[in-house]
Amino acid sequence: MPIQTEPMTVNIGPQHPSTHGVFRLRVTFDGEDILEVEPIFGYLHRGTEKLAEERNYTQIVTLTDRLDYVSSMINNQAYCLAVEELIGVEVPQRAKYLRTLTAELQRVASHLMGIGFFLQDLGTLGTPLMYAFRLRERILDLFEMLCGARITVSYMRPGGVFFDAPDDFWPALDQFLKDFDTEYKELEQLILENEIVMVRTRGVSLLPLELAINNSVSGPSLRASGSDWDWRKMAPYDAYDRMEFDIPTATGGDNYDRFWVRIQEIHQSIRMVRQCIQQIEPGPIRADVPLVLRPEPGAEAYGRVEASKGELAFYLVSDGGISPYRCKVRSPSLMNLTTIEHLLVGWKLADMIVTLGSLDINLGEVDR
Amino acid sequence: MAVQQLTGEELSERVSAAVPDSVVASADGVLFVEPAKIADVAGFMKSDSRLDFNFLNSISAVDYINYFEVVYHLTSMNKHHTAIVKTRLDGRDELILPSVYHLWRGADFQEREIWDLMGISFSGHPNLKRIMLWEGFDGHPLRKDYL
Repeated sequence: MPIQTEPMTVNIGPQHPSTHGVFRLRVTFDGEDILEVEPIFGYLHRGTEKLAEERNYTQIVTLTDRLDYVSSMINNQAYCLAVEELIGVEVPQRAKYLRTLTAELQRVASHLMGIGFFLQDLGTLGTPLMYAFRLRERILDLFEMLCGARITVSYMRPGGVFFDAPDDFWPALDQFLKDFDTEYKELEQLILENEIVMVRTRGVSLLPLELAINNSVSGPSLRASGSDWDWRKMAPYDAYDRMEFDIPTATGGDNYDRFWVRIQEIHQSIRMVRQCIQQIEPGPIRADVPLVLRPEPGAEAYGRVEASKGELAFYLVSDGGISPYRCKVRSPSLMNLTTIEHLLVGWKLADMIVTLGSLDINLGEVDR
Repeated sequence: MAVQQLTGEELSERVSAAVPDSVVASADGVLFVEPAKIADVAGFMKSDSRLDFNFLNSISAVDYINYFEVVYHLTSMNKHHTAIVKTRLDGRDELILPSVYHLWRGADFQEREIWDLMGISFSGHPNLKRIMLWEGFDGHPLRKDYL
């Protein structure tokens, strides 16, 4: 006689199901096979867009830190670009380089977390995560030298950046880059050719390119499916028009490819940091803009960047007042999450958290 | 290859030829269309081989008190151009817009979010329920009169 089975619905979360934020998955299983998935979120919803309507343009920079909080430099950058488009101000060269440099360091820090937690989700308890954190820590130390903060940096301002780098920043950055080469190689050797990582992630949770585009997926997750779309190349901002870099892509769109693309992007980011150091010249770091900005009534801007998770954009509408009339955040993590149902259904319980890790979402940005 | 923005003026002729009575105006690089025709216009802009808007960047809603504006930012990853399409919904009650979910699955969460926070519903969306707030929440907090 066959064993009687029936589907079972399980709630995963709303605590941290992995370590990516407060997120809940309602999953129906048949044994270990996933039949249905419903993502439920909003636990971290702070009404950022509504809060922005009550603050002036400069104050909102601090709100953007708290979106994707492991990538706050890039959030600052996207927001400042939107405001600069709104008021039509040109950013000084030195500020453009400082922004590009910090944004790329931030991307490295964010990808290191993405990689580290992805491996943690695979069950490698601690070791690779600590290797990744060792390097990330150094980047946060550099940020601390720049602006006094490590996570919620608020380093950029409409018109430029708030502080110039102190004198001891440059030697510290050089030392970091020296150590980076050996320490990152150690991490790569540990994980890239690792048989367990390969077997667990190759060919799992495939995302075909057509589907990725239709689901508005962007960033490394899109490039792992075969597209070379990167806003740093397609619509260069700040100093990216003077940067030489490649766009790593993969074609499989599986968990391994999403993980691999991030590992390769770190090399390109470091390459850009080195170019920034070579090209940056002394000069002003902030355009002469008033502290309280009043853009033209009816002016609007869509400031977009290639953030570490994908396309991050701020859609700002002005009514002539000191606060934006509307400040909408186009969040890459939220959009990438659209695919979660496709990625999980048909796969097994043991792959679920790994797949979620491979998307590298940040709930601060999903919920806003 | 850098991305170009197709202005509303450039789009207007082609869109109004393909979808009659859909274009209201084109100004400041933006194409304004009739709310009832938004899904038809979006469908044309996606399927037309020269426009080929295969990527939906974002959908935003703005509350202007007497009316709401819904803004679509689109990109063609094959043709390397972008466009902005807007539509206007008069009044504050029973606002309904045709969904573009069936064209771009990426509209799923964004239309749910606009329903949740702005109170505009989308006909044809298969799962239109609150997304950030919980079912049973009273009101739509991104509206200007929610204080």
